[in-house]
Amino acid sequence: MHINLTAVAKANAGFLERVKAASGQDVAQCYQCGKCTAGCPVGYAMDEPPTRIMRLLQLSLKDEVLNSNAIWLCSTCATCTTRCPKDIDIAGVMDSLRIMAKREGRIKAVRSIDLFNDVFLGSVRKYGRVHELGVGMGHNLRTYKPFKDADIGTGLMLKGRMKLLPSKIKGQGEIARIFNEVRKLEEAE
Amino acid sequence: MPRIGVFVCWCGSNIGGVIDCPKLAADAGELPGVVLSTEYKYMCSEPGQNSIIQAIRDHRLDRVVVASCSPRLHEETFRKTLARAGLNPYLFEMANIREHCTWVHNKEPEKAQVKSLALVSRAVAKANLLEPLFPSSIPMTKRCLVIGGGIAGIQAALDVADAGHEVILVEKEPTIGGNMVKLDKTFPTLDCSACISTPKMVSVSTHPNITLYTYSEVAGVDGYIGNFEVTIRRKASYVDHSECTGCGDCQTKCPTKVPSEFNLGLSTRKAIYIPFPQAVPNKPVIDAANCRYFTTGKCKVCQKICTTEAIDYEQQDTVITEKVGAIVVATGYQLFDWAAAYGEYGYGRYPDVVTGMHFERLVNAAGPTGGKIQRPSDQSEPKTVVFIKCVGSRDPAKGKEYCSRACCMYTAKHAHQVLEKIPGANVYIFYIDVRTPGKGYEEFYQRTISDGAVYVRGRVSKIYQMGDKLVVRGSDTLLGRPVEVEADMVVLASAMVSSSGIQDVARMVSVQVDKDGWLQEAHPKLRPVETHTGGVFVAGSCQGPKDIPDTVAQASAAAAKVCGLLSREELATDPMISTVNQAICTGCGLCVPACPYQAVELKTITERIPGHAPRERTVADVNSGLCQGCGACNVACRPGAMQVKGFTNDELVAEVDAICL
Repeated sequence: MHINLTAVAKANAGFLERVKAASGQDVAQCYQCGKCTAGCPVGYAMDEPPTRIMRLLQLSLKDEVLNSNAIWLCSTCATCTTRCPKDIDIAGVMDSLRIMAKREGRIKAVRSIDLFNDVFLGSVRKYGRVHELGVGMGHNLRTYKPFKDADIGTGLMLKGRMKLLPSKIKGQGEIARIFNEVRKLEEAE
Repeated sequence: MPRIGVFVCWCGSNIGGVIDCPKLAADAGELPGVVLSTEYKYMCSEPGQNSIIQAIRDHRLDRVVVASCSPRLHEETFRKTLARAGLNPYLFEMANIREHCTWVHNKEPEKAQVKSLALVSRAVAKANLLEPLFPSSIPMTKRCLVIGGGIAGIQAALDVADAGHEVILVEKEPTIGGNMVKLDKTFPTLDCSACISTPKMVSVSTHPNITLYTYSEVAGVDGYIGNFEVTIRRKASYVDHSECTGCGDCQTKCPTKVPSEFNLGLSTRKAIYIPFPQAVPNKPVIDAANCRYFTTGKCKVCQKICTTEAIDYEQQDTVITEKVGAIVVATGYQLFDWAAAYGEYGYGRYPDVVTGMHFERLVNAAGPTGGKIQRPSDQSEPKTVVFIKCVGSRDPAKGKEYCSRACCMYTAKHAHQVLEKIPGANVYIFYIDVRTPGKGYEEFYQRTISDGAVYVRGRVSKIYQMGDKLVVRGSDTLLGRPVEVEADMVVLASAMVSSSGIQDVARMVSVQVDKDGWLQEAHPKLRPVETHTGGVFVAGSCQGPKDIPDTVAQASAAAAKVCGLLSREELATDPMISTVNQAICTGCGLCVPACPYQAVELKTITERIPGHAPRERTVADVNSGLCQGCGACNVACRPGAMQVKGFTNDELVAEVDAICL
């Protein structure tokens, strides 16, 4: 089927402006050279590699962008951002897209990645740092794979690389303040 | 016996890296007539040339063979070297062992070595037979004809006239200005096209050195470089321009309306008309084909209204002749007739599918809509505009193979203008490549993207009407998905093609037309404004599609060449032209039609043989001003009386023998 660009532009009016406001990036500037995709370490696994994400954005194809697994597979290594000849912060755009997708509840295709982010941030909120064992087990339990990577975990613990019990950092109050500030900002939006 | 010197050039590693140059020099030393054979890294360099001069003196050489690159590159260089050594410059022959040998045979050096020697043998064989040649001279008429009054012709005429030479500018339309004066703004600086071109038009009409013939066509060109005789047909305008004041009353009162050519049919004009208010000359002409008086015999309203009695229905076409020394052809371009070729875009059936030139008129403040972008069908303001590039360009199946060069930029400009003039407009541009090679061009294109134009990479396969919308179906090849846009208006960047009369002009001035219909320049890089016919130059888009900056630059370049020519009192001619041995010429006349330059004529001579009565005989005669030395007459000549100096039959046979025997 032909994509009706007129209809898409009407249905998704304002989408591009929101991406621009959230990321501070003008994706229209992308000239599709493909350098971001060429250097992306996880691009091989993406359904829509970074170059295509940029093109989909240019045409305001919101569903294709926000439902893609690419925005979740992006590890924010920022190789694309560093190398982009048009100076577009592609990793930043990906970040903004993830936020938009999560708010709209578009996480079905990549539930485990979204869960990981939640568990990871939960640990930071609680201890001020990541408790690896807790994060690993928490993620395993919530994805119904309790023994995933258990062999690696044992080795790491025996070598003293992963602690059994969590430890808190100093300044718990400040951590709480950071989380509060973020919530306030999000609520304001 | 001639004393030949052979000089083998290494051309760095170009030749020296493939073949054994010292061995080639040694082998060449054995050839008949060779008294010296040597090699050097760069023969064309100053020390290389000096070594040739020294060798000529030390070894009393009277023929020189250089084995190096193409004669196109350095024949002139080495001829000058010979002249510096006091030798006739035509006692020189070149063997091209680079382009013809080491470049193409660099993977097979042994064979290249053998071929190089064969090529040098050929040159030596010819050198043995070379004769000194001497240029003759022809007088110079210090006037210039410019054909075409677009921006190229205007610029060339002004430059030549400013240099102090007389110029005759011929334009077939009732006004000069050409395509440029129809345009709205010009990329990338967006200055107003009319504002920058009309002052130049006025300068043409007021310049003391320029004679302007509008509504006129060149009907014939005779003669040769420095001495052309041009016949110009002045079409009857039925208005005595010496009496007319250009008040425009006739135009107001004329009852007949016809579509305006200047506005591409987007508005009407009268049968007596001035094409546009800033026309030069600002005097009307009567379009007899549509005039009520000429078609029905009744009306004469214009004559009744004219207070200066300038209307003259009895006026006839007049023919004048002018003598000039140089000709600049600047006949420009027209747009490809897309409607005849593109059924998928509606064959011109949809009124809101227009060309870029229509858009220029629509967006032009002096145009039929006063600069409001409106759909031709219902005069509404289009909200979604689609631009399609390469319509007829880069399309060998339906149009032309070449790129029209200006469309990427003017489409970017059009998109910018839509987004600027229509708030909330959507602009889609279908392209296959975006080409912006020019100062400030890429930046302009990027600016258009920032303005909000959406570029879609792919050709449009179909346009069809749905309600009052035009559905444009194409494909986004970057996405790999077919797309469609519901547009209010579609603008086609149709290809630039050469003007319809180009074949006639080309024939008259004896200039070749290339496979795409453009005039053929003498060399694409090194002689871009000259042609193979001496004294005839090209300027602007009659030579190939170009934008205004390139056109103006080329026009000034052509003017510089003309000025160089006209600055001479007389002209040295190339001595390598045909000559007739009248003693053996049978006067058959086969050479006359064979000559593409009309340089051969038959004449009658009186022969006096002792013991016989004087006898009249017809023989061929070559005009040394016209002959370009192509050799066509030589081939046609049965008794072998026609010989091209520097390429005589004996010389050519010796060359073939040297290679083949």
